[in-house]
Amino acid sequence: MPETKAKDVLIDPIFRNNPIALQVLGICSALAVTTKVETSVAMALSVVFVLGCSNAAVSLIRNFIPTNIRIIVQMTIIASLVIVVDQMLQAFAFDASKQMSVFVGLIITNCIVMGRAEAFAMKNPPLISALDGIGNAIGYSVILIVVGFVRELFGSGAIWGYQVFPLSTEGGWYVANGLLLLPPSAFFIIGLFIWVLRTFKPEQVEQEG
Amino acid sequence: MDEHLKIFMASIFAENLALAFFLGMCTFLAVSKTVKTALGLGVAVIVIMTITIPANNLIYQYLLKKGALAWINPSWGGIDLTFLSLISFIGVIAAMVQILEMTLDRFFPPLYNALGIFLPLITVNCAILGGSLFMQERDYNFSESCVFGFGSGVGWALAIAALAGIREKMRYSDVPDGLKGLGITFMTVGLMALAFMSFGGM
Repeated sequence: MPETKAKDVLIDPIFRNNPIALQVLGICSALAVTTKVETSVAMALSVVFVLGCSNAAVSLIRNFIPTNIRIIVQMTIIASLVIVVDQMLQAFAFDASKQMSVFVGLIITNCIVMGRAEAFAMKNPPLISALDGIGNAIGYSVILIVVGFVRELFGSGAIWGYQVFPLSTEGGWYVANGLLLLPPSAFFIIGLFIWVLRTFKPEQVEQEG
Repeated sequence: MDEHLKIFMASIFAENLALAFFLGMCTFLAVSKTVKTALGLGVAVIVIMTITIPANNLIYQYLLKKGALAWINPSWGGIDLTFLSLISFIGVIAAMVQILEMTLDRFFPPLYNALGIFLPLITVNCAILGGSLFMQERDYNFSESCVFGFGSGVGWALAIAALAGIREKMRYSDVPDGLKGLGITFMTVGLMALAFMSFGGM
Protein backbone atom coordinates (compact mmCIF):
# COMPACT_ATOMS: atom_id res chain seq x y z
CA MET A 1 0.00 0.00 0.00
CA PRO A 2 1.64 3.25 -1.11
CA GLU A 3 1.77 5.80 1.65
CA THR A 4 0.21 8.65 -0.30
CA LYS A 5 -2.92 6.64 -0.95
CA ALA A 6 -3.37 5.87 2.73
CA LYS A 7 -3.00 9.55 3.51
CA ASP A 8 -5.46 10.58 0.81
CA VAL A 9 -8.00 8.09 2.03
CA LEU A 10 -7.72 9.47 5.54
CA ILE A 11 -7.61 13.19 4.73
CA ASP A 12 -9.85 13.46 1.69
CA PRO A 13 -13.23 13.03 3.37
CA ILE A 14 -12.55 15.77 5.88
CA PHE A 15 -12.88 18.76 3.57
CA ARG A 16 -12.66 17.80 -0.08
CA ASN A 17 -15.24 15.04 0.01
CA ASN A 18 -17.05 15.61 3.26
CA PRO A 19 -19.76 12.99 3.86
CA ILE A 20 -22.28 15.50 5.22
CA ALA A 21 -21.60 18.53 3.07
CA LEU A 22 -21.14 16.78 -0.25
CA GLN A 23 -22.52 13.26 -0.15
CA VAL A 24 -25.57 14.08 2.03
CA LEU A 25 -24.97 11.02 4.17
CA GLY A 26 -25.65 10.46 7.81
CA ILE A 27 -27.39 13.63 8.81
CA CYS A 28 -30.15 11.54 10.27
CA SER A 29 -29.03 10.51 13.69
CA ALA A 30 -26.69 13.27 14.63
CA LEU A 31 -28.13 16.75 14.56
CA ALA A 32 -30.26 16.36 17.64
CA VAL A 33 -27.22 15.69 19.81
CA THR A 34 -25.42 18.88 18.83
CA THR A 35 -26.93 21.22 21.39
CA LYS A 36 -23.76 20.80 23.45
CA VAL A 37 -20.09 20.27 22.65
CA GLU A 38 -19.87 17.42 25.13
CA THR A 39 -22.57 15.26 23.57
CA SER A 40 -21.28 16.10 20.08
CA VAL A 41 -17.86 14.79 21.04
CA ALA A 42 -19.31 11.64 22.58
CA MET A 43 -21.35 11.04 19.43
CA ALA A 44 -18.35 11.77 17.20
CA LEU A 45 -16.12 9.31 19.08
CA SER A 46 -18.80 6.62 18.90
CA VAL A 47 -19.13 7.08 15.15
CA VAL A 48 -15.34 7.00 14.64
CA PHE A 49 -15.20 3.73 16.56
CA VAL A 50 -18.16 2.11 14.83
CA LEU A 51 -17.19 3.21 11.34
CA GLY A 52 -13.54 2.19 11.67
CA CYS A 53 -14.35 -1.23 13.10
CA SER A 54 -17.28 -1.98 10.82
CA ASN A 55 -15.30 -1.10 7.71
CA ALA A 56 -12.44 -3.33 8.84
CA ALA A 57 -14.77 -6.19 9.73
CA VAL A 58 -16.80 -6.02 6.54
CA SER A 59 -13.63 -5.82 4.50
CA LEU A 60 -12.12 -8.88 6.27
CA ILE A 61 -15.02 -11.10 5.28
CA ARG A 62 -15.83 -9.40 1.98
CA ASN A 63 -14.86 -12.44 -0.07
CA PHE A 64 -17.12 -14.78 1.88
CA ILE A 65 -20.35 -12.75 1.88
CA PRO A 66 -22.89 -13.94 -0.71
CA THR A 67 -24.03 -10.84 -2.62
CA ASN A 68 -27.74 -11.49 -2.03
CA ILE A 69 -27.59 -11.20 1.72
CA ARG A 70 -24.76 -8.71 2.08
CA ILE A 71 -26.99 -5.95 3.45
CA ILE A 72 -28.21 -8.17 6.29
CA VAL A 73 -24.64 -9.28 7.08
CA GLN A 74 -23.40 -5.67 7.17
CA MET A 75 -26.38 -4.69 9.28
CA THR A 76 -25.62 -7.40 11.84
CA ILE A 77 -21.97 -6.39 12.12
CA ILE A 78 -22.88 -2.74 12.56
CA ALA A 79 -25.68 -3.48 15.05
CA SER A 80 -23.34 -5.57 17.20
CA LEU A 81 -20.75 -2.78 17.26
CA VAL A 82 -23.38 -0.21 18.17
CA ILE A 83 -24.58 -2.38 21.05
CA VAL A 84 -20.98 -2.43 22.35
CA VAL A 85 -20.80 1.37 22.13
CA ASP A 86 -24.18 1.77 23.80
CA GLN A 87 -23.22 -0.45 26.74
CA MET A 88 -19.85 1.29 27.10
CA LEU A 89 -21.49 4.72 27.18
CA GLN A 90 -24.00 3.59 29.76
CA ALA A 91 -21.17 2.27 31.90
CA PHE A 92 -18.66 5.12 31.61
CA ALA A 93 -20.53 8.22 30.42
CA PHE A 94 -24.00 7.78 31.80
CA ASP A 95 -25.06 11.44 31.58
CA ALA A 96 -24.06 11.78 27.96
CA SER A 97 -25.75 8.50 27.17
CA LYS A 98 -29.00 9.71 28.80
CA GLN A 99 -28.94 12.91 26.75
CA MET A 100 -28.31 11.15 23.47
CA SER A 101 -31.13 8.69 24.30
CA VAL A 102 -32.20 6.90 21.14
CA PHE A 103 -29.60 8.51 18.94
CA VAL A 104 -26.86 6.09 19.93
CA GLY A 105 -28.97 3.26 18.59
CA LEU A 106 -29.59 5.22 15.44
CA ILE A 107 -25.92 4.99 14.47
CA ILE A 108 -27.02 1.64 13.01
CA THR A 109 -29.08 3.31 10.36
CA ASN A 110 -26.60 6.15 9.89
CA CYS A 111 -26.16 6.08 6.14
CA ILE A 112 -22.45 6.85 6.40
CA VAL A 113 -21.77 3.52 8.06
CA MET A 114 -23.77 1.49 5.54
CA GLY A 115 -22.62 3.64 2.67
CA ARG A 116 -18.91 3.23 3.39
CA ALA A 117 -19.28 -0.50 4.01
CA GLU A 118 -21.02 -0.87 0.68
CA ALA A 119 -18.94 1.54 -1.38
CA PHE A 120 -15.44 1.04 0.01
CA ALA A 121 -15.03 -1.89 2.39
CA MET A 122 -16.56 -4.42 -0.01
CA LYS A 123 -13.83 -3.74 -2.55
CA ASN A 124 -10.69 -2.96 -0.55
CA PRO A 125 -8.36 -4.73 1.92
CA PRO A 126 -9.00 -4.29 5.67
CA LEU A 127 -6.30 -1.81 6.68
CA ILE A 128 -7.13 0.83 4.10
CA SER A 129 -10.86 0.29 4.68
CA ALA A 130 -10.39 1.00 8.37
CA LEU A 131 -8.54 4.22 7.44
CA ASP A 132 -11.31 5.18 5.05
CA GLY A 133 -13.86 4.60 7.80
CA ILE A 134 -11.93 6.70 10.28
CA GLY A 135 -11.38 9.48 7.74
CA ASN A 136 -15.07 9.70 6.91
CA ALA A 137 -16.02 9.57 10.55
CA ILE A 138 -13.64 12.45 11.24
CA GLY A 139 -15.14 14.48 8.39
CA TYR A 140 -18.51 13.87 10.01
CA SER A 141 -17.19 14.71 13.48
CA VAL A 142 -15.78 18.05 12.30
CA ILE A 143 -19.26 19.21 11.30
CA LEU A 144 -20.83 17.80 14.46
CA ILE A 145 -18.37 19.55 16.71
CA VAL A 146 -18.53 22.85 14.83
CA VAL A 147 -22.32 22.82 15.04
CA GLY A 148 -22.20 21.78 18.69
CA PHE A 149 -19.71 24.57 19.44
CA VAL A 150 -21.80 27.28 17.79
CA ARG A 151 -25.04 26.11 19.34
CA GLU A 152 -23.68 25.81 22.85
CA LEU A 153 -21.70 29.06 22.73
CA PHE A 154 -24.53 31.24 21.48
CA GLY A 155 -27.42 29.19 22.80
CA SER A 156 -26.35 29.01 26.42
CA GLY A 157 -23.16 31.07 26.51
CA ALA A 158 -21.00 28.14 27.50
CA ILE A 159 -18.41 25.74 26.12
CA TRP A 160 -18.20 22.22 27.46
CA GLY A 161 -20.42 23.25 30.36
CA TYR A 162 -18.18 26.16 31.44
CA GLN A 163 -19.84 29.56 31.32
CA VAL A 164 -17.93 31.75 28.85
CA PHE A 165 -20.40 34.59 28.44
CA PRO A 166 -22.01 35.60 31.74
CA LEU A 167 -25.78 35.28 31.26
CA SER A 168 -28.06 38.25 31.83
CA THR A 169 -30.31 36.09 33.99
CA GLU A 170 -27.39 35.77 36.38
CA GLY A 171 -26.35 39.40 36.29
CA GLY A 172 -24.03 39.21 33.24
CA TRP A 173 -24.35 40.91 29.87
CA TYR A 174 -25.17 38.08 27.48
CA VAL A 175 -28.78 37.35 26.58
CA ALA A 176 -28.88 33.70 25.55
CA ASN A 177 -30.32 33.02 22.12
CA GLY A 178 -32.79 30.25 22.84
CA LEU A 179 -33.44 29.65 19.15
CA LEU A 180 -30.06 27.99 18.83
CA LEU A 181 -31.07 25.28 21.25
CA LEU A 182 -34.09 24.36 19.13
CA PRO A 183 -33.91 21.88 16.25
CA PRO A 184 -34.32 24.34 13.33
CA SER A 185 -31.08 26.14 14.11
CA ALA A 186 -29.03 23.04 13.32
CA PHE A 187 -30.36 23.11 9.78
CA PHE A 188 -29.42 26.76 9.37
CA ILE A 189 -25.92 26.23 10.70
CA ILE A 190 -25.27 23.29 8.40
CA GLY A 191 -26.72 25.19 5.48
CA LEU A 192 -24.34 28.07 6.20
CA PHE A 193 -21.43 25.65 6.67
CA ILE A 194 -22.09 24.17 3.24
CA TRP A 195 -22.32 27.65 1.76
CA VAL A 196 -18.92 28.62 3.20
CA LEU A 197 -17.35 25.34 2.09
CA ARG A 198 -18.68 25.72 -1.43
CA THR A 199 -17.62 29.33 -1.73
CA PHE A 200 -14.03 28.22 -1.18
CA LYS A 201 -14.38 25.10 -3.33
CA PRO A 202 -16.57 26.21 -6.26
CA GLU A 203 -16.25 22.83 -8.02
CA GLN A 204 -18.65 21.38 -5.43
CA VAL A 205 -21.50 23.65 -6.50
CA GLU A 206 -24.48 21.76 -7.91
CA GLN A 207 -25.66 22.95 -11.28
CA GLU A 208 -29.38 22.41 -10.78
CA GLY A 209 -31.11 22.41 -7.45
CA MET B 1 -59.12 7.63 24.17
CA ASP B 2 -57.94 11.17 24.89
CA GLU B 3 -54.46 9.87 25.52
CA HIS B 4 -54.40 8.17 22.12
CA LEU B 5 -55.57 11.25 20.29
CA LYS B 6 -52.86 13.25 21.99
CA ILE B 7 -50.14 10.80 20.95
CA PHE B 8 -51.51 10.81 17.41
CA MET B 9 -51.55 14.58 17.02
CA ALA B 10 -48.21 15.03 18.74
CA SER B 11 -46.52 12.46 16.52
CA ILE B 12 -47.79 14.18 13.37
CA PHE B 13 -47.12 17.81 14.25
CA ALA B 14 -45.27 18.81 17.39
CA GLU B 15 -42.94 15.81 17.49
CA ASN B 16 -42.66 15.29 13.77
CA LEU B 17 -39.89 12.72 13.32
CA ALA B 18 -38.32 14.46 10.34
CA LEU B 19 -38.49 18.06 11.49
CA ALA B 20 -38.11 17.83 15.27
CA PHE B 21 -35.80 14.84 15.57
CA PHE B 22 -33.96 14.86 12.22
CA LEU B 23 -34.88 11.27 11.52
CA GLY B 24 -34.83 9.85 8.04
CA MET B 25 -32.92 12.89 6.81
CA CYS B 26 -30.85 11.09 4.17
CA THR B 27 -33.84 9.91 2.20
CA PHE B 28 -35.70 13.06 3.17
CA LEU B 29 -33.19 15.24 1.33
CA ALA B 30 -32.38 12.82 -1.47
CA VAL B 31 -35.89 11.81 -2.59
CA SER B 32 -37.65 15.17 -2.27
CA LYS B 33 -36.98 16.55 -5.73
CA THR B 34 -40.46 15.89 -7.13
CA VAL B 35 -43.80 15.65 -5.36
CA LYS B 36 -44.75 12.37 -7.04
CA THR B 37 -41.81 10.29 -5.82
CA ALA B 38 -41.98 11.98 -2.44
CA LEU B 39 -45.59 10.89 -2.04
CA GLY B 40 -44.73 7.32 -3.06
CA LEU B 41 -42.01 7.12 -0.46
CA GLY B 42 -44.26 8.77 2.12
CA VAL B 43 -46.96 6.13 1.66
CA ALA B 44 -44.39 3.33 1.91
CA VAL B 45 -43.09 4.81 5.17
CA ILE B 46 -46.61 5.07 6.64
CA VAL B 47 -47.30 1.41 5.84
CA ILE B 48 -44.02 0.10 7.22
CA MET B 49 -44.18 2.18 10.39
CA THR B 50 -47.76 1.15 11.13
CA ILE B 51 -46.66 -2.50 10.94
CA THR B 52 -43.21 -2.49 12.52
CA ILE B 53 -43.75 -0.30 15.57
CA PRO B 54 -46.58 -2.42 17.03
CA ALA B 55 -44.66 -5.60 16.07
CA ASN B 56 -41.55 -4.36 17.86
CA ASN B 57 -43.72 -3.33 20.77
CA LEU B 58 -44.94 -6.92 21.19
CA ILE B 59 -41.39 -8.27 20.96
CA TYR B 60 -40.18 -5.77 23.52
CA GLN B 61 -43.00 -6.35 25.97
CA TYR B 62 -43.07 -10.13 25.83
CA LEU B 63 -39.46 -11.08 25.16
CA LEU B 64 -36.93 -8.36 25.92
CA LYS B 65 -38.12 -6.19 28.79
CA LYS B 66 -36.80 -6.92 32.26
CA GLY B 67 -38.93 -9.67 33.74
CA ALA B 68 -40.79 -10.16 30.45
CA LEU B 69 -39.85 -13.82 30.13
CA ALA B 70 -41.75 -14.68 33.32
CA TRP B 71 -44.76 -15.84 31.28
CA ILE B 72 -42.71 -18.79 29.96
CA ASN B 73 -41.18 -19.80 33.24
CA PRO B 74 -41.50 -17.83 36.50
CA SER B 75 -37.85 -18.47 37.35
CA TRP B 76 -36.80 -16.45 34.27
CA GLY B 77 -38.36 -13.35 35.80
CA GLY B 78 -35.00 -11.71 36.49
CA ILE B 79 -33.70 -11.88 32.91
CA ASP B 80 -33.16 -8.53 31.23
CA LEU B 81 -32.59 -8.76 27.49
CA THR B 82 -33.01 -5.05 26.75
CA PHE B 83 -29.52 -4.84 25.27
CA LEU B 84 -30.71 -7.09 22.43
CA SER B 85 -33.42 -4.64 21.42
CA LEU B 86 -31.35 -2.80 18.79
CA ILE B 87 -30.44 -5.91 16.86
CA SER B 88 -33.92 -7.46 17.09
CA PHE B 89 -35.68 -4.25 16.05
CA ILE B 90 -33.54 -3.85 12.97
CA GLY B 91 -34.05 -7.53 12.18
CA VAL B 92 -37.83 -7.14 12.40
CA ILE B 93 -37.72 -4.06 10.19
CA ALA B 94 -35.59 -5.74 7.52
CA ALA B 95 -37.82 -8.82 7.58
CA MET B 96 -41.05 -6.79 7.43
CA VAL B 97 -39.81 -4.80 4.46
CA GLN B 98 -38.93 -8.03 2.68
CA ILE B 99 -42.32 -9.63 3.47
CA LEU B 100 -44.21 -6.54 2.42
CA GLU B 101 -42.28 -6.45 -0.83
CA MET B 102 -43.14 -10.07 -1.62
CA THR B 103 -46.81 -9.70 -0.63
CA LEU B 104 -47.24 -6.60 -2.75
CA ASP B 105 -45.50 -8.26 -5.68
CA ARG B 106 -47.84 -11.27 -5.47
CA PHE B 107 -51.20 -9.64 -4.74
CA PHE B 108 -51.05 -5.97 -5.66
CA PRO B 109 -48.76 -5.57 -8.68
CA PRO B 110 -49.77 -1.96 -9.45
CA LEU B 111 -48.95 -0.87 -5.91
CA TYR B 112 -45.71 -2.83 -6.06
CA ASN B 113 -44.70 -1.05 -9.23
CA ALA B 114 -45.46 2.28 -7.65
CA LEU B 115 -43.59 1.63 -4.40
CA GLY B 116 -41.07 -0.91 -5.70
CA ILE B 117 -37.87 1.09 -5.74
CA PHE B 118 -38.56 2.75 -2.40
CA LEU B 119 -39.04 -0.35 -0.30
CA PRO B 120 -35.37 -1.37 0.00
CA LEU B 121 -34.47 2.24 0.89
CA ILE B 122 -36.75 2.03 3.89
CA THR B 123 -34.69 -0.54 5.80
CA VAL B 124 -31.97 2.04 6.29
CA ASN B 125 -34.37 4.90 6.94
CA CYS B 126 -33.61 6.10 10.45
CA ALA B 127 -37.20 7.24 10.99
CA ILE B 128 -38.38 3.65 11.15
CA LEU B 129 -35.81 2.45 13.67
CA GLY B 130 -36.09 5.76 15.51
CA GLY B 131 -39.84 5.27 15.87
CA SER B 132 -39.30 1.86 17.45
CA LEU B 133 -36.66 3.22 19.81
CA PHE B 134 -38.91 6.09 20.90
CA MET B 135 -41.68 3.56 21.48
CA GLN B 136 -39.30 1.62 23.74
CA GLU B 137 -38.05 4.70 25.56
CA ARG B 138 -41.50 6.12 26.24
CA ASP B 139 -42.85 2.72 27.23
CA TYR B 140 -46.00 2.80 25.08
CA ASN B 141 -48.43 -0.09 25.40
CA PHE B 142 -49.71 -2.00 22.38
CA SER B 143 -52.62 0.22 21.35
CA GLU B 144 -50.60 3.40 21.96
CA SER B 145 -47.81 2.05 19.79
CA CYS B 146 -50.25 1.38 16.92
CA VAL B 147 -51.42 4.99 17.08
CA PHE B 148 -47.88 6.30 17.44
CA GLY B 149 -46.63 4.23 14.48
CA PHE B 150 -49.39 5.42 12.17
CA GLY B 151 -49.15 9.02 13.35
CA SER B 152 -45.43 9.38 12.97
CA GLY B 153 -45.59 7.75 9.52
CA VAL B 154 -48.19 10.32 8.47
CA GLY B 155 -46.09 13.13 9.93
CA TRP B 156 -43.01 12.04 8.00
CA ALA B 157 -44.98 11.68 4.76
CA LEU B 158 -46.51 15.13 5.24
CA ALA B 159 -43.11 16.70 5.79
CA ILE B 160 -41.48 15.13 2.74
CA ALA B 161 -44.43 15.97 0.48
CA ALA B 162 -44.35 19.59 1.66
CA LEU B 163 -40.61 19.88 1.14
CA ALA B 164 -40.89 18.39 -2.35
CA GLY B 165 -43.56 20.95 -3.20
CA ILE B 166 -41.33 23.80 -2.08
CA ARG B 167 -38.33 22.44 -3.97
CA GLU B 168 -40.34 22.12 -7.17
CA LYS B 169 -41.24 25.80 -6.93
CA MET B 170 -37.71 26.75 -5.98
CA ARG B 171 -36.36 25.59 -9.32
CA TYR B 172 -37.49 28.94 -10.72
CA SER B 173 -35.75 31.04 -8.10
CA ASP B 174 -32.33 32.59 -8.36
CA VAL B 175 -30.26 31.12 -5.56
CA PRO B 176 -26.66 32.19 -4.80
CA ASP B 177 -24.15 29.78 -6.31
CA GLY B 178 -22.75 28.27 -3.15
CA LEU B 179 -26.21 27.65 -1.73
CA LYS B 180 -27.60 25.83 -4.75
CA GLY B 181 -28.99 22.38 -4.13
CA LEU B 182 -28.09 21.13 -0.69
CA GLY B 183 -27.46 24.42 1.08
CA ILE B 184 -30.79 26.03 0.27
CA THR B 185 -32.58 22.76 1.02
CA PHE B 186 -31.16 22.81 4.53
CA MET B 187 -32.38 26.37 5.00
CA THR B 188 -35.84 25.46 3.73
CA VAL B 189 -36.04 22.49 6.09
CA GLY B 190 -34.96 24.76 8.93
CA LEU B 191 -37.79 27.18 8.17
CA MET B 192 -40.25 24.29 7.91
CA ALA B 193 -39.05 22.99 11.25
CA LEU B 194 -39.70 26.43 12.76
CA ALA B 195 -43.19 26.41 11.32
CA PHE B 196 -43.93 22.96 12.71
CA MET B 197 -42.67 24.00 16.12
CA SER B 198 -45.57 26.38 16.42
CA PHE B 199 -47.82 23.32 16.72
CA GLY B 200 -46.04 22.60 19.97
CA GLY B 201 -48.45 24.70 22.00
CA MET B 202 -51.53 22.78 20.93
